[in-house]
Amino acid sequence: MAFRSSTRWRFRQPSVIPGFGLALGVTLTWLTLIVLIPLSGLIWRSSGLGWSNFMSLVLDERTVNALTISFGTAFIAAVVNLFFGVVLAWVLVRYRFPGKRVIDAMVDLPFALPTAVAGIALTALYAPNGWIGSILEPLGIKIAFTPAGIVVALVFVGLPFVVRTVQPVMEEIDKEVEEAAATLGANRYQTISRVLLPGLLPAGLTGFALAFARGVGEYGSVIFIAGNLPYVSEIAPLLIIIRLEEFNYPAATAIATVMLFLSFIMLLVINSIQSWSRRRYSNGA
Amino acid sequence: MALDTSSAPAAAPSKLVKAATSETRIARLTLIAVALGFVALFLLLPLATVFIEAFRKGPVEFATALRDPETFSAIRLTLIVAVIAVPLNLVFGVAAAWAIAKFEFKGKAFLTTLIDLPFSVSPVISGLVFVLLFGANSALGPFLQKYGIHILFAVPGLVLATVFVTFPFVARELIPLMQEQGTSDEEAALSLGATGWQTFWHVTLPNIKWGLLYGVLLCNARAMGEFGAVSVVSGHIRGQTNTMPLQVEILYNEYNFVAAFAVAAVLALLALVTLVLKTALELRYSDEIAASRRH
Repeated sequence: MAFRSSTRWRFRQPSVIPGFGLALGVTLTWLTLIVLIPLSGLIWRSSGLGWSNFMSLVLDERTVNALTISFGTAFIAAVVNLFFGVVLAWVLVRYRFPGKRVIDAMVDLPFALPTAVAGIALTALYAPNGWIGSILEPLGIKIAFTPAGIVVALVFVGLPFVVRTVQPVMEEIDKEVEEAAATLGANRYQTISRVLLPGLLPAGLTGFALAFARGVGEYGSVIFIAGNLPYVSEIAPLLIIIRLEEFNYPAATAIATVMLFLSFIMLLVINSIQSWSRRRYSNGA
Repeated sequence: MALDTSSAPAAAPSKLVKAATSETRIARLTLIAVALGFVALFLLLPLATVFIEAFRKGPVEFATALRDPETFSAIRLTLIVAVIAVPLNLVFGVAAAWAIAKFEFKGKAFLTTLIDLPFSVSPVISGLVFVLLFGANSALGPFLQKYGIHILFAVPGLVLATVFVTFPFVARELIPLMQEQGTSDEEAALSLGATGWQTFWHVTLPNIKWGLLYGVLLCNARAMGEFGAVSVVSGHIRGQTNTMPLQVEILYNEYNFVAAFAVAAVLALLALVTLVLKTALELRYSDEIAASRRH
Protein backbone atom coordinates (compact mmCIF):
# COMPACT_ATOMS: atom_id res chain seq x y z
CA MET A 1 0.00 0.00 0.00
CA ALA A 2 2.69 2.41 1.05
CA PHE A 3 4.64 1.39 -2.01
CA ARG A 4 1.69 2.04 -4.27
CA SER A 5 0.92 5.47 -2.90
CA SER A 6 4.55 6.59 -3.18
CA THR A 7 4.78 5.65 -6.84
CA ARG A 8 1.40 7.13 -7.75
CA TRP A 9 1.75 9.95 -10.25
CA ARG A 10 1.30 13.29 -8.62
CA PHE A 11 1.72 16.75 -9.99
CA ARG A 12 3.69 17.98 -7.02
CA GLN A 13 5.38 16.64 -3.91
CA PRO A 14 3.48 17.39 -0.70
CA SER A 15 4.77 20.38 1.25
CA VAL A 16 3.75 22.39 4.32
CA ILE A 17 4.66 25.66 2.58
CA PRO A 18 1.51 27.49 1.49
CA GLY A 19 0.85 29.55 -1.60
CA PHE A 20 1.72 27.08 -4.35
CA GLY A 21 -1.57 27.58 -6.19
CA LEU A 22 -1.40 31.38 -6.01
CA ALA A 23 2.27 31.60 -7.01
CA LEU A 24 2.00 29.13 -9.88
CA GLY A 25 -1.28 30.72 -10.98
CA VAL A 26 0.25 34.21 -11.16
CA THR A 27 3.32 32.81 -12.94
CA LEU A 28 1.40 30.86 -15.56
CA THR A 29 -1.11 33.67 -16.20
CA TRP A 30 1.60 36.29 -16.66
CA LEU A 31 3.75 33.93 -18.76
CA THR A 32 0.79 33.09 -20.98
CA LEU A 33 -0.33 36.69 -21.45
CA ILE A 34 3.07 38.29 -22.02
CA VAL A 35 5.13 35.57 -23.69
CA LEU A 36 3.17 32.56 -24.90
CA ILE A 37 0.16 34.21 -26.58
CA PRO A 38 2.24 36.84 -28.43
CA LEU A 39 4.79 34.27 -29.60
CA SER A 40 2.16 31.76 -30.70
CA GLY A 41 0.42 34.63 -32.47
CA LEU A 42 3.54 34.97 -34.60
CA ILE A 43 3.67 31.22 -35.33
CA TRP A 44 -0.06 31.22 -36.11
CA ARG A 45 0.20 34.14 -38.53
CA SER A 46 3.18 32.52 -40.15
CA SER A 47 1.44 29.17 -40.58
CA GLY A 48 -1.45 31.03 -42.21
CA LEU A 49 0.88 31.97 -45.05
CA GLY A 50 1.02 28.46 -46.43
CA TRP A 51 4.21 26.50 -47.01
CA SER A 52 5.06 27.56 -50.57
CA ASN A 53 4.29 31.21 -49.89
CA PHE A 54 6.35 31.07 -46.70
CA MET A 55 9.31 29.48 -48.49
CA SER A 56 9.24 32.00 -51.33
CA LEU A 57 9.28 34.84 -48.77
CA VAL A 58 12.17 33.27 -46.87
CA LEU A 59 14.18 32.41 -49.99
CA ASP A 60 13.82 35.94 -51.35
CA GLU A 61 17.34 37.06 -52.24
CA ARG A 62 17.37 40.11 -49.99
CA THR A 63 16.08 38.04 -47.04
CA VAL A 64 18.68 35.31 -47.54
CA ASN A 65 21.40 37.96 -47.72
CA ALA A 66 20.18 39.66 -44.55
CA LEU A 67 20.06 36.35 -42.67
CA THR A 68 23.53 35.40 -43.94
CA ILE A 69 24.92 38.77 -42.82
CA SER A 70 23.28 38.50 -39.40
CA PHE A 71 24.52 34.98 -38.75
CA GLY A 72 27.94 35.50 -40.37
CA THR A 73 28.83 38.69 -38.49
CA ALA A 74 27.47 37.25 -35.23
CA PHE A 75 29.66 34.17 -35.72
CA ILE A 76 32.83 36.19 -36.37
CA ALA A 77 32.08 38.47 -33.40
CA ALA A 78 31.53 35.43 -31.16
CA VAL A 79 34.89 33.95 -32.23
CA VAL A 80 36.63 37.26 -31.43
CA ASN A 81 34.83 37.36 -28.09
CA LEU A 82 35.75 33.77 -27.30
CA PHE A 83 39.45 34.54 -27.72
CA PHE A 84 39.57 37.91 -25.95
CA GLY A 85 36.95 36.87 -23.40
CA VAL A 86 39.07 33.92 -22.26
CA VAL A 87 42.20 36.10 -22.10
CA LEU A 88 40.31 38.76 -20.14
CA ALA A 89 38.81 36.21 -17.73
CA TRP A 90 42.28 34.65 -17.24
CA VAL A 91 43.87 38.01 -16.46
CA LEU A 92 41.03 38.94 -14.06
CA VAL A 93 41.19 35.61 -12.21
CA ARG A 94 44.94 34.98 -12.14
CA TYR A 95 46.83 38.25 -12.05
CA ARG A 96 46.90 41.32 -9.86
CA PHE A 97 47.25 44.76 -11.39
CA PRO A 98 46.08 48.27 -10.54
CA GLY A 99 42.45 49.00 -11.46
CA LYS A 100 41.52 45.33 -11.67
CA ARG A 101 38.27 45.76 -9.76
CA VAL A 102 37.16 48.62 -12.00
CA ILE A 103 37.95 46.60 -15.14
CA ASP A 104 36.03 43.64 -13.70
CA ALA A 105 32.98 45.85 -13.11
CA MET A 106 33.31 47.47 -16.54
CA VAL A 107 32.96 44.09 -18.27
CA ASP A 108 29.22 44.34 -17.56
CA LEU A 109 28.96 47.74 -19.28
CA PRO A 110 27.41 46.27 -22.47
CA PHE A 111 24.63 44.77 -20.30
CA ALA A 112 23.91 48.12 -18.67
CA LEU A 113 24.47 50.59 -21.50
CA PRO A 114 21.45 51.05 -23.78
CA THR A 115 22.22 49.59 -27.22
CA ALA A 116 21.38 52.80 -29.07
CA VAL A 117 23.96 54.68 -26.99
CA ALA A 118 26.59 52.05 -27.76
CA GLY A 119 25.62 52.25 -31.43
CA ILE A 120 26.13 56.00 -31.84
CA ALA A 121 29.31 55.97 -29.72
CA LEU A 122 30.91 53.19 -31.80
CA THR A 123 29.87 54.95 -35.00
CA ALA A 124 31.45 58.22 -33.83
CA LEU A 125 34.68 56.34 -33.06
CA TYR A 126 34.92 54.25 -36.21
CA ALA A 127 33.53 56.68 -38.79
CA PRO A 128 36.18 57.96 -41.26
CA ASN A 129 36.43 61.22 -39.26
CA GLY A 130 36.35 59.51 -35.84
CA TRP A 131 39.30 58.82 -33.54
CA ILE A 132 39.84 55.24 -34.64
CA GLY A 133 38.39 55.59 -38.12
CA SER A 134 40.76 58.44 -39.00
CA ILE A 135 43.75 56.25 -38.01
CA LEU A 136 42.54 53.33 -40.11
CA GLU A 137 41.39 55.36 -43.12
CA PRO A 138 44.91 56.07 -44.53
CA LEU A 139 45.64 52.34 -44.21
CA GLY A 140 42.69 51.63 -46.48
CA ILE A 141 40.67 49.98 -43.70
CA LYS A 142 37.01 50.95 -43.45
CA ILE A 143 35.05 49.81 -40.41
CA ALA A 144 31.95 51.99 -40.08
CA PHE A 145 29.24 51.54 -42.73
CA THR A 146 30.62 48.13 -43.77
CA PRO A 147 29.99 44.59 -42.44
CA ALA A 148 33.16 45.03 -40.32
CA GLY A 149 31.27 47.71 -38.40
CA ILE A 150 28.54 45.18 -37.59
CA VAL A 151 31.19 42.85 -36.18
CA VAL A 152 32.61 45.67 -34.01
CA ALA A 153 29.16 46.41 -32.56
CA LEU A 154 28.48 42.72 -31.90
CA VAL A 155 31.87 42.26 -30.22
CA PHE A 156 30.88 45.07 -27.84
CA VAL A 157 27.47 43.55 -27.15
CA GLY A 158 28.66 39.95 -26.70
CA LEU A 159 31.82 40.37 -24.62
CA PRO A 160 30.29 39.94 -21.13
CA PHE A 161 28.67 36.63 -22.09
CA VAL A 162 32.02 34.86 -22.62
CA VAL A 163 33.80 36.50 -19.68
CA ARG A 164 30.96 35.87 -17.24
CA THR A 165 30.56 32.19 -18.16
CA VAL A 166 34.30 31.37 -18.23
CA GLN A 167 35.34 33.40 -15.17
CA PRO A 168 33.58 31.35 -12.44
CA VAL A 169 34.81 28.05 -13.90
CA MET A 170 38.35 29.40 -13.98
CA GLU A 171 38.09 30.42 -10.34
CA GLU A 172 37.14 26.85 -9.40
CA ILE A 173 40.21 25.26 -11.02
CA ASP A 174 42.17 23.40 -8.39
CA LYS A 175 45.78 24.55 -8.13
CA GLU A 176 46.78 20.92 -7.46
CA VAL A 177 45.86 19.96 -11.02
CA GLU A 178 48.49 22.35 -12.35
CA GLU A 179 51.01 21.21 -9.75
CA ALA A 180 50.43 17.58 -10.72
CA ALA A 181 50.95 18.41 -14.39
CA ALA A 182 54.16 20.29 -13.57
CA THR A 183 55.38 17.42 -11.36
CA LEU A 184 54.79 15.00 -14.22
CA GLY A 185 57.08 17.06 -16.40
CA ALA A 186 54.71 19.28 -18.37
CA ASN A 187 55.99 22.73 -19.15
CA ARG A 188 53.74 25.72 -18.60
CA TYR A 189 52.50 25.82 -22.18
CA GLN A 190 51.62 22.11 -22.09
CA THR A 191 49.82 22.51 -18.75
CA ILE A 192 47.70 25.33 -20.11
CA SER A 193 46.89 23.82 -23.50
CA ARG A 194 46.45 20.19 -22.43
CA VAL A 195 45.15 20.48 -18.86
CA LEU A 196 43.53 23.87 -18.21
CA LEU A 197 41.94 24.85 -21.52
CA PRO A 198 40.10 21.51 -22.09
CA GLY A 199 38.43 21.99 -18.69
CA LEU A 200 37.27 25.44 -19.79
CA LEU A 201 35.88 24.20 -23.10
CA PRO A 202 32.21 23.73 -22.02
CA ALA A 203 32.08 27.17 -20.37
CA GLY A 204 33.81 28.72 -23.36
CA LEU A 205 31.38 27.10 -25.77
CA THR A 206 28.39 28.20 -23.68
CA GLY A 207 29.67 31.77 -23.64
CA PHE A 208 30.33 31.58 -27.38
CA ALA A 209 26.79 30.32 -28.05
CA LEU A 210 25.22 33.00 -25.82
CA ALA A 211 27.22 35.76 -27.53
CA PHE A 212 26.36 34.33 -30.95
CA ALA A 213 22.63 34.09 -30.15
CA ARG A 214 22.59 37.64 -28.80
CA GLY A 215 24.47 38.90 -31.84
CA VAL A 216 22.07 37.36 -34.32
CA GLY A 217 19.10 39.23 -32.84
CA GLU A 218 20.89 42.47 -32.00
CA TYR A 219 19.44 45.63 -33.51
CA GLY A 220 20.08 48.86 -31.59
CA SER A 221 23.87 48.92 -31.56
CA VAL A 222 24.19 47.68 -35.16
CA ILE A 223 21.93 49.92 -37.22
CA PHE A 224 23.96 53.10 -36.66
CA ILE A 225 27.33 51.66 -37.61
CA ALA A 226 26.22 49.20 -40.31
CA GLY A 227 25.37 51.61 -43.12
CA ASN A 228 22.36 49.36 -43.82
CA LEU A 229 23.07 48.80 -47.50
CA PRO A 230 20.69 46.10 -48.83
CA TYR A 231 22.53 42.87 -49.78
CA VAL A 232 25.75 44.16 -48.18
CA SER A 233 25.31 45.39 -44.61
CA GLU A 234 21.59 44.97 -43.91
CA ILE A 235 20.88 42.73 -40.91
CA ALA A 236 17.77 40.53 -40.61
CA PRO A 237 16.15 42.41 -37.68
CA LEU A 238 16.38 45.64 -39.71
CA LEU A 239 14.78 43.95 -42.71
CA ILE A 240 11.87 42.90 -40.47
CA ILE A 241 11.36 46.57 -39.54
CA ILE A 242 11.63 47.68 -43.17
CA ARG A 243 8.99 45.13 -44.21
CA LEU A 244 6.74 46.27 -41.33
CA GLU A 245 7.04 49.89 -42.45
CA GLU A 246 6.05 48.77 -45.95
CA PHE A 247 3.02 47.06 -44.33
CA ASN A 248 4.38 43.83 -45.81
CA TYR A 249 3.30 41.80 -42.76
CA PRO A 250 3.72 38.36 -44.44
CA ALA A 251 7.41 39.00 -45.20
CA ALA A 252 8.09 40.42 -41.71
CA THR A 253 6.36 37.42 -40.14
CA ALA A 254 8.27 34.91 -42.27
CA ILE A 255 11.71 36.41 -41.47
CA ALA A 256 10.82 36.60 -37.77
CA THR A 257 9.69 32.97 -37.75
CA VAL A 258 12.94 31.76 -39.29
CA MET A 259 14.95 33.77 -36.76
CA LEU A 260 12.80 32.52 -33.89
CA PHE A 261 13.24 28.92 -35.06
CA LEU A 262 17.01 29.31 -35.32
CA SER A 263 17.25 30.91 -31.89
CA PHE A 264 15.28 27.99 -30.40
CA ILE A 265 17.88 25.68 -31.90
CA MET A 266 20.60 27.84 -30.33
CA LEU A 267 18.83 27.58 -26.97
CA LEU A 268 18.72 23.80 -27.36
CA VAL A 269 22.42 23.68 -28.23
CA ILE A 270 23.30 25.84 -25.20
CA ASN A 271 21.25 23.60 -22.90
CA SER A 272 22.85 20.43 -24.23
CA ILE A 273 26.38 21.87 -23.90
CA GLN A 274 25.59 22.65 -20.29
CA SER A 275 24.15 19.24 -19.46
CA TRP A 276 27.05 17.56 -21.31
CA SER A 277 29.59 19.50 -19.27
CA ARG A 278 27.73 18.71 -16.04
CA ARG A 279 27.84 15.00 -16.88
CA ARG A 280 31.45 15.11 -17.94
CA TYR A 281 33.04 17.37 -15.38
CA SER A 282 31.09 17.24 -12.16
CA ASN A 283 30.54 13.51 -11.72
CA GLY A 284 33.53 13.05 -9.44
CA ALA A 285 32.97 16.27 -7.53
CA MET B 1 59.37 21.54 10.75
CA ALA B 2 57.43 21.55 7.56
CA LEU B 3 55.71 24.75 8.68
CA ASP B 4 58.99 26.57 9.07
CA THR B 5 59.00 28.38 5.75
CA SER B 6 61.97 30.57 6.64
CA SER B 7 64.40 27.66 6.42
CA ALA B 8 66.22 27.39 3.12
CA PRO B 9 65.26 23.78 2.15
CA ALA B 10 61.51 24.57 2.50
CA ALA B 11 61.67 27.82 0.57
CA ALA B 12 63.56 26.45 -2.40
CA PRO B 13 60.99 23.89 -3.61
CA SER B 14 58.08 26.31 -3.10
CA LYS B 15 59.79 28.76 -5.42
CA LEU B 16 60.24 25.97 -7.96
CA VAL B 17 56.54 25.05 -7.79
CA LYS B 18 55.55 28.67 -8.25
CA ALA B 19 57.65 28.89 -11.39
CA ALA B 20 56.11 25.71 -12.76
CA THR B 21 52.51 26.80 -12.13
CA SER B 22 52.68 30.39 -13.30
CA GLU B 23 53.68 32.10 -16.49
CA THR B 24 56.88 33.98 -17.14
CA ARG B 25 56.86 37.68 -16.40
CA ILE B 26 56.82 38.55 -20.10
CA ALA B 27 53.86 36.26 -20.80
CA ARG B 28 51.97 37.74 -17.85
CA LEU B 29 52.58 41.33 -18.93
CA THR B 30 51.65 40.51 -22.53
CA LEU B 31 48.36 38.93 -21.48
CA ILE B 32 47.51 41.85 -19.20
CA ALA B 33 48.37 44.29 -22.00
CA VAL B 34 46.18 42.42 -24.51
CA ALA B 35 43.25 42.26 -22.06
CA LEU B 36 43.51 45.91 -21.01
CA GLY B 37 43.97 47.05 -24.60
CA PHE B 38 40.84 45.20 -25.61
CA VAL B 39 38.83 46.66 -22.71
CA ALA B 40 40.11 50.15 -23.49
CA LEU B 41 39.30 49.86 -27.19
CA PHE B 42 35.89 48.23 -26.93
CA LEU B 43 34.51 49.40 -23.58
CA LEU B 44 36.24 52.50 -22.19
CA LEU B 45 36.70 54.41 -25.43
CA PRO B 46 33.03 54.15 -26.54
CA LEU B 47 31.90 55.22 -23.06
CA ALA B 48 34.27 58.19 -23.04
CA THR B 49 33.13 59.14 -26.55
CA VAL B 50 29.54 59.58 -25.34
CA PHE B 51 30.53 62.23 -22.81
CA ILE B 52 33.12 63.91 -25.02
CA GLU B 53 30.67 64.29 -27.91
CA ALA B 54 27.94 65.50 -25.54
CA PHE B 55 30.17 68.30 -24.24
CA ARG B 56 31.86 69.03 -27.57
CA LYS B 57 30.27 72.47 -27.77
CA GLY B 58 30.42 73.15 -24.07
CA PRO B 59 28.12 72.69 -21.09
CA VAL B 60 25.68 75.38 -22.24
CA GLU B 61 24.83 73.54 -25.47
CA PHE B 62 24.55 70.33 -23.45
CA ALA B 63 22.07 71.86 -21.03
CA THR B 64 20.10 73.51 -23.85
CA ALA B 65 19.81 70.16 -25.63
CA LEU B 66 18.36 68.54 -22.53
CA ARG B 67 15.85 71.33 -21.97
CA ASP B 68 14.20 70.70 -25.33
CA PRO B 69 10.49 69.91 -24.70
CA GLU B 70 10.59 66.78 -26.89
CA THR B 71 13.60 65.43 -25.02
CA PHE B 72 11.89 66.31 -21.78
CA SER B 73 8.80 64.35 -22.78
CA ALA B 74 11.03 61.41 -23.81
CA ILE B 75 12.59 61.37 -20.34
CA ARG B 76 9.12 61.49 -18.80
CA LEU B 77 7.86 58.63 -20.99
CA THR B 78 10.89 56.46 -20.21
CA LEU B 79 10.24 56.93 -16.49
CA ILE B 80 6.51 56.17 -16.89
CA VAL B 81 7.20 52.96 -18.81
CA ALA B 82 9.82 51.78 -16.31
CA VAL B 83 7.62 52.65 -13.31
CA ILE B 84 4.85 50.42 -14.73
CA ALA B 85 6.92 47.59 -16.25
CA VAL B 86 9.42 46.97 -13.45
CA PRO B 87 6.89 46.43 -10.60
CA LEU B 88 4.85 44.10 -12.84
CA ASN B 89 7.90 41.92 -13.44
CA LEU B 90 8.86 42.24 -9.78
CA VAL B 91 5.56 40.68 -8.66
CA PHE B 92 5.81 38.04 -11.37
CA GLY B 93 9.44 37.26 -10.49
CA VAL B 94 8.68 36.75 -6.81
CA ALA B 95 5.67 34.53 -7.62
CA ALA B 96 7.63 32.45 -10.13
CA ALA B 97 10.58 32.05 -7.76
CA TRP B 98 8.24 31.05 -4.91
CA ALA B 99 6.58 28.36 -7.03
CA ILE B 100 9.80 27.06 -8.59
CA ALA B 101 12.21 27.28 -5.65
CA LYS B 102 9.97 26.21 -2.77
CA PHE B 103 8.09 23.32 -4.41
CA GLU B 104 8.79 20.17 -6.39
CA PHE B 105 6.41 19.65 -9.29
CA LYS B 106 6.27 18.11 -12.73
CA GLY B 107 7.46 20.26 -15.60
CA LYS B 108 9.50 22.61 -13.43
CA ALA B 109 12.55 22.55 -15.72
CA PHE B 110 10.34 23.26 -18.72
CA LEU B 111 8.68 26.19 -16.94
CA THR B 112 12.13 27.63 -16.11
CA THR B 113 13.12 27.39 -19.78
CA LEU B 114 9.91 29.16 -20.83
CA ILE B 115 10.62 32.00 -18.39
CA ASP B 116 14.08 32.45 -19.96
CA LEU B 117 12.62 32.45 -23.47
CA PRO B 118 12.40 36.27 -23.96
CA PHE B 119 16.20 36.49 -23.56
CA SER B 120 16.75 34.44 -26.70
CA VAL B 121 14.26 36.34 -28.85
CA SER B 122 15.49 39.26 -30.93
CA PRO B 123 14.20 42.59 -29.54
CA VAL B 124 12.69 43.38 -32.94
CA ILE B 125 10.66 40.17 -32.82
CA SER B 126 9.58 41.05 -29.26
CA GLY B 127 8.02 44.19 -30.68
CA LEU B 128 6.71 42.54 -33.83
CA VAL B 129 4.61 39.99 -31.92
CA PHE B 130 2.59 42.83 -30.35
CA VAL B 131 2.13 44.52 -33.71
CA LEU B 132 0.75 41.25 -35.07
CA LEU B 133 -1.50 40.87 -32.03
CA PHE B 134 -2.94 44.39 -31.80
CA GLY B 135 -2.25 45.91 -35.22
CA ALA B 136 -4.95 47.21 -37.57
CA ASN B 137 -5.00 44.00 -39.62
CA SER B 138 -4.97 41.60 -36.65
CA ALA B 139 -7.97 39.70 -35.26
CA LEU B 140 -8.22 42.15 -32.37
CA GLY B 141 -7.58 45.23 -34.51
CA PRO B 142 -11.16 46.10 -35.57
CA PHE B 143 -12.44 45.54 -32.02
CA LEU B 144 -9.82 47.87 -30.53
CA GLN B 145 -10.53 50.46 -33.19
CA LYS B 146 -14.27 50.34 -32.58
CA TYR B 147 -13.89 51.06 -28.88
CA GLY B 148 -11.04 53.55 -29.35
CA ILE B 149 -8.52 51.55 -27.36
CA HIS B 150 -4.98 52.55 -28.25
CA ILE B 151 -2.34 49.92 -27.55
CA LEU B 152 0.14 50.28 -30.38
CA PHE B 153 1.80 53.67 -30.85
CA ALA B 154 0.80 54.48 -27.25
CA VAL B 155 1.95 53.84 -23.70
CA PRO B 156 0.31 50.37 -23.31
CA GLY B 157 2.25 49.00 -26.29
CA LEU B 158 5.53 50.42 -24.99
CA VAL B 159 4.85 48.89 -21.58
CA LEU B 160 3.95 45.47 -23.09
CA ALA B 161 7.09 45.35 -25.22
CA THR B 162 9.23 46.42 -22.25
CA VAL B 163 7.63 43.84 -19.95
CA PHE B 164 8.28 41.13 -22.55
CA VAL B 165 11.95 42.06 -22.93
CA THR B 166 12.63 42.35 -19.17
CA PHE B 167 10.45 39.37 -18.28
CA PRO B 168 13.13 36.97 -16.90
CA PHE B 169 15.36 39.40 -14.93
CA VAL B 170 13.88 39.24 -11.41
CA ALA B 171 12.83 35.58 -11.64
CA ARG B 172 16.19 34.32 -12.82
CA GLU B 173 17.99 36.15 -10.01
CA LEU B 174 15.61 34.93 -7.29
CA ILE B 175 15.19 31.27 -8.33
CA PRO B 176 18.78 30.09 -7.60
CA LEU B 177 18.94 32.23 -4.46
CA MET B 178 15.70 30.84 -2.99
CA GLN B 179 16.60 27.31 -4.04
CA GLU B 180 19.82 27.60 -2.09
CA GLN B 181 18.05 29.00 0.99
CA GLY B 182 15.69 26.01 1.09
CA THR B 183 12.44 25.91 3.03
CA SER B 184 13.55 25.35 6.64
CA ASP B 185 13.14 29.00 7.72
CA GLU B 186 9.61 29.08 6.34
CA GLU B 187 8.76 25.72 7.92
CA ALA B 188 9.97 26.99 11.30
CA ALA B 189 7.82 30.13 11.02
CA LEU B 190 4.77 28.12 9.99
CA SER B 191 5.20 25.63 12.82
CA LEU B 192 5.34 28.54 15.26
CA GLY B 193 1.92 29.63 14.05
CA ALA B 194 2.67 32.29 11.42
CA THR B 195 0.26 32.57 8.52
CA GLY B 196 1.48 32.20 4.95
CA TRP B 197 1.60 35.97 4.35
CA GLN B 198 3.35 36.61 7.67
CA THR B 199 5.93 33.99 6.75
CA PHE B 200 6.49 35.66 3.41
CA TRP B 201 6.75 39.23 4.74
CA HIS B 202 8.78 38.54 7.87
CA VAL B 203 10.91 35.52 6.93
CA THR B 204 11.29 35.09 3.16
CA LEU B 205 11.39 38.73 2.08
CA PRO B 206 14.17 39.78 4.49
CA ASN B 207 16.17 36.76 3.26
CA ILE B 208 15.90 37.70 -0.39
CA LYS B 209 15.80 41.50 -0.25
CA TRP B 210 19.30 42.13 -1.64
CA GLY B 211 18.88 39.57 -4.39
CA LEU B 212 15.55 41.16 -5.21
CA LEU B 213 17.13 44.61 -5.38
CA TYR B 214 19.85 43.20 -7.66
CA GLY B 215 17.27 41.76 -10.04
CA VAL B 216 15.21 44.97 -10.01
CA LEU B 217 18.36 47.01 -10.77
CA LEU B 218 19.16 44.98 -13.89
CA CYS B 219 15.50 44.89 -14.91
CA ASN B 220 15.24 48.68 -14.61
CA ALA B 221 18.43 49.30 -16.60
CA ARG B 222 17.12 47.21 -19.47
CA ALA B 223 13.61 48.70 -19.22
CA MET B 224 14.92 52.25 -19.53
CA GLY B 225 17.44 51.41 -22.23
CA GLU B 226 15.42 49.07 -24.45
CA PHE B 227 15.51 50.16 -28.06
CA GLY B 228 14.58 47.48 -30.64
CA ALA B 229 11.32 46.27 -29.13
CA VAL B 230 9.93 49.72 -28.28
CA SER B 231 11.08 51.04 -31.65
CA VAL B 232 8.68 48.62 -33.40
CA VAL B 233 5.62 49.46 -31.27
CA SER B 234 6.23 53.16 -30.70
CA GLY B 235 5.29 54.68 -34.06
CA HIS B 236 7.83 57.45 -33.37
CA ILE B 237 5.30 60.21 -32.71
CA ARG B 238 7.42 63.16 -31.69
CA GLY B 239 6.95 64.38 -28.14
CA GLN B 240 4.43 61.60 -27.50
CA THR B 241 5.67 58.04 -27.99
CA ASN B 242 9.45 58.44 -28.08
CA THR B 243 11.38 57.06 -25.14
CA MET B 244 14.91 58.31 -24.47
CA PRO B 245 16.71 55.71 -26.62
CA LEU B 246 14.31 56.46 -29.50
CA GLN B 247 14.89 60.18 -29.04
CA VAL B 248 18.65 59.50 -29.34
CA GLU B 249 18.02 57.82 -32.69
CA ILE B 250 15.83 60.64 -34.03
CA LEU B 251 18.26 63.38 -33.00
CA TYR B 252 21.18 61.41 -34.42
CA ASN B 253 19.46 60.82 -37.75
CA GLU B 254 18.77 64.57 -37.95
CA TYR B 255 22.54 65.16 -37.58
CA ASN B 256 21.84 66.92 -34.30
CA PHE B 257 24.82 65.14 -32.76
CA VAL B 258 25.30 67.26 -29.65
CA ALA B 259 21.69 66.76 -28.61
CA ALA B 260 21.77 63.05 -29.47
CA PHE B 261 24.89 62.54 -27.37
CA ALA B 262 23.48 64.71 -24.57
CA VAL B 263 20.51 62.36 -24.19
CA ALA B 264 22.87 59.41 -24.65
CA ALA B 265 25.08 60.79 -21.86
CA VAL B 266 22.11 60.79 -19.48
CA LEU B 267 21.49 57.13 -20.37
CA ALA B 268 25.21 56.33 -20.01
CA LEU B 269 25.18 57.94 -16.58
CA LEU B 270 22.26 55.70 -15.67
CA ALA B 271 24.28 52.69 -16.85
CA LEU B 272 27.26 53.76 -14.74
CA VAL B 273 25.08 54.22 -11.64
CA THR B 274 23.64 50.76 -12.30
CA LEU B 275 27.14 49.26 -12.55
CA VAL B 276 28.31 50.97 -9.35
CA LEU B 277 25.25 49.82 -7.37
CA LYS B 278 25.53 46.33 -8.83
CA THR B 279 29.21 46.05 -7.90
CA ALA B 280 28.49 47.43 -4.42
CA LEU B 281 25.75 44.83 -3.91
CA GLU B 282 28.08 42.06 -5.12
CA LEU B 283 30.85 43.12 -2.73
CA ARG B 284 28.73 43.90 0.31
CA TYR B 285 26.06 41.21 0.17
CA SER B 286 27.84 38.53 -1.86
CA ASP B 287 26.29 35.65 0.09
CA GLU B 288 22.77 37.08 -0.18
CA ILE B 289 22.83 37.41 -3.98
CA ALA B 290 22.73 34.44 -6.30
CA ALA B 291 24.47 36.23 -9.16
CA SER B 292 27.72 36.84 -7.33
CA ARG B 293 28.19 33.12 -6.86
CA ARG B 294 28.14 32.73 -10.60
CA HIS B 295 31.02 35.18 -10.85
